[in-house]
Amino acid sequence: MTAMSSPQEDREEATRRGARQAEVAAALSQVLPATAILVRREDTTPYECDGLTAFKAKPMVVVLPENETQLAGALKVCHRLGVPVVARGAGTGLSGGALPHRLGVTLSLAKFNKIFKVDALSCTAVVQCGVRNLAISEAAAPYGLYYAPDPSSQIACTIGGNVAENSGGVHCLKYGMTLHNVLKVRGFTAEGEPIEFGSEALDAPGIDLLSVVIGSEGMLAITTEVTVKLVPKPELARCMVASFPTIESAGSAVASVIAQGIVPAGLELMDQRMTAVAEDYVHAGYDLSAAALLLCESDGTQEEVAEEIAAMKRVLEESGASRIEVSQDEAQRLKFWSGRKNAFPASGGISPDYMCMDSTIPRKRLAEMLLAIQAMESKYQLQCVNVFHAGDGNLHPLILFDANDRDQFRRCELFGAEILEASLRLGGTVTGEHGVGVEKLNSMCVQFSPAEREQFIAVKRAFDPAEMLNPGKVIPTLARCAEYGKMHVHRGMIPFPELPRY
Amino acid sequence: MAAAGISRDTAVDRLRARILDARARRVSLDIRGGNTKAFYAEAPRGEPLALAELTGISCYEPSELVVTARAGTPLAELESVLAERGQCLAFEPPRFAAGGTVGGMVAAGLSGPARAAAGPLRDYVLGATVLNGRGELLSFGGQVMKNVAGYDVSRLMAGSWGVLGILCEVSLKVLATKVGTATLSFDWDERRALAEMARWNALPLPLSASAWHAGCLRIRLAGAEAAVRSACRKLGGTELDPDTAASWWGSVRDHRHPFFRPSKEELASGECLWRISLPPATQQLEHAGFIGWGGAERWWRTRAPPHQIRALAAAAHGHATLVRAADKAAGAFAPVGESLMRIHRALKSAFDPERVFNAGRLYADL
Repeated sequence: MTAMSSPQEDREEATRRGARQAEVAAALSQVLPATAILVRREDTTPYECDGLTAFKAKPMVVVLPENETQLAGALKVCHRLGVPVVARGAGTGLSGGALPHRLGVTLSLAKFNKIFKVDALSCTAVVQCGVRNLAISEAAAPYGLYYAPDPSSQIACTIGGNVAENSGGVHCLKYGMTLHNVLKVRGFTAEGEPIEFGSEALDAPGIDLLSVVIGSEGMLAITTEVTVKLVPKPELARCMVASFPTIESAGSAVASVIAQGIVPAGLELMDQRMTAVAEDYVHAGYDLSAAALLLCESDGTQEEVAEEIAAMKRVLEESGASRIEVSQDEAQRLKFWSGRKNAFPASGGISPDYMCMDSTIPRKRLAEMLLAIQAMESKYQLQCVNVFHAGDGNLHPLILFDANDRDQFRRCELFGAEILEASLRLGGTVTGEHGVGVEKLNSMCVQFSPAEREQFIAVKRAFDPAEMLNPGKVIPTLARCAEYGKMHVHRGMIPFPELPRY
Repeated sequence: MAAAGISRDTAVDRLRARILDARARRVSLDIRGGNTKAFYAEAPRGEPLALAELTGISCYEPSELVVTARAGTPLAELESVLAERGQCLAFEPPRFAAGGTVGGMVAAGLSGPARAAAGPLRDYVLGATVLNGRGELLSFGGQVMKNVAGYDVSRLMAGSWGVLGILCEVSLKVLATKVGTATLSFDWDERRALAEMARWNALPLPLSASAWHAGCLRIRLAGAEAAVRSACRKLGGTELDPDTAASWWGSVRDHRHPFFRPSKEELASGECLWRISLPPATQQLEHAGFIGWGGAERWWRTRAPPHQIRALAAAAHGHATLVRAADKAAGAFAPVGESLMRIHRALKSAFDPERVFNAGRLYADL
């Protein structure tokens, strides 16, 4: 732990910060209009956190450039003065990736909100980074196309933020995450130079830098423009809700569906408590007596959907489903989804705060994981409700707590860390789609060896040698890991004790 | 099998010793799987480094849709193990000759005819364990479908032609082989074929591949049997018998089709095989040849100077790869701009500071 500072040290630090703020704001005013620079406390406060409200910091300066020239100018100023830059989209991220830096500039990209092109021939759209996820699908709808990744914040979150986090959503089981649906990213380096990753073609020459830029949480480059792939809107989509008498039977039903070679358009699990909370919020007509509900969606042509629904129904019945309801029309399908899509806000209604976890595990370990979480609830004396992107093995346990109670917050953090570490032991990862940000820095010490973390840092320096873009996120320092004190779970190659060769 | 009796650790230790030795002697290593793609990319140089001791499928769980294999595992072995369980590599990796390996497949990053519909090899990489130029064994990604912990280094390896490190083991997402399949044939000229492919791409059809050559467009449909039948009725054309169709798509995937194999004499006379990667709906360009990926991939055989081909591709927002040629002095791959090249060089130093791995295989000076 860092030593507590004295009041005098605090005052000195505040004075230094004030002088630095004036210096940086003055330099920025050479390249940005005055209205695009925020320094007053009341103006910068809305930027003090993102969707992870447990972590807050005051940005030194907030800038809102309106075009690439202003953006490049601002980046050049920051680079020259050695000021950290934290990019920000809609601020809906759940891991603190847009948490401000106390001595940094928060770069809001809200004004980059134009859709440049929807091309029905090549099935692509070119949009600025600040365009909302859902707005892309709305713009593509007249052509019978849509943008597939659909994070639950899709009404508000921006495509630039999706690129930063490699966001998923309920449809990514079949349609992939952001990486699988983006062709090209235009952006700027930390030095303020324009750069493009990927291509309008299906591949680009050289090393596939797009695959590390997507999901880099604003640490490698600033995204300004994204070329996305659009997919034909399926003729038909139908959703099934299946009730299960036990968590185990629901978990194994998920594995069985996938094992049958079926790739549903969505395959989601809610536990009994989550179902009750969601039902109370949206009145979707869920079966409250079930220990777990599965929502399974099929989309495609009429024939494909009929065949797939029949196949899934058979598997679910064989896996012990006690009740299965199939949507009869679009209104009913949306109703079935309404509870799942509102799981987070509904949980907000029953508890002062909740912490949403996001690990991924092999599907076959779902039931085991749920039972482990139940045991942790009594250990930490906190409640947890569960929604999963079950088809991907991506868990979203929501730990309910009251942030005003410091001990509850502490227990909640320990609870969360234990879920992540259990996920690693089951062969999974600490984050499936929300990113590391600041929230999972400690868990990164457990997931990766010191040499692996050093390699990550070297990747960052290859893009951003001065380490000015979003410093302190994603990759923990050696010192932090030493302080956290947990050994990393060794992965390496899978040992196979001289099995017969296939 | 060569690996029998040699443990994983021993095999890795031997590779590490080779890396450290190469560093000390300042020589480059030419990482080799089955050596079936030596003709692709820039010519290999340096001392051959075989991965024959790193073989075998370490983990395969059909219900998890994941397979993990050592880099030296023959691709044919992996595909036959998957086929036994009704699964496949959906990106249809090419096999230019017998003996290709899983590591070589990932390092080259090439995908076959299904790419436009199924996505590229890179999308199916879930994790990789890599030896870097310092001899450190590092694991990135994992065996789960969704994973955003740290930078996606395992996917960075896909298509990097071994310049960043030695792939020791990779985990790949696999999919069930589609039950229904049909290939339709249409006698259309290039212009009509391109227009129809673009139109069909935007419709909810179970398209799995499309290719045009010499006045004939072929469309492969794959999916639920009923959906394939219904699409056949919608699209018309002539249906090929399944064996002919499978063998034809195989010849396209593996470049056994004569178009992809200029003779020694033709190569000596200056004829080159080019691969042009373009935005999907690109119109007819001035060379004709073989069209794949719904119009996004064009293969040309020409004696036109490389700079001319590269300029044509760039003007259409694409890029051109010189695949088969007697002289690759113009560079196998289209050059990238200076700011991207700076990142390439910095990444190379980040993984392989002494330039031990596959020097010059991707770009002459990398």
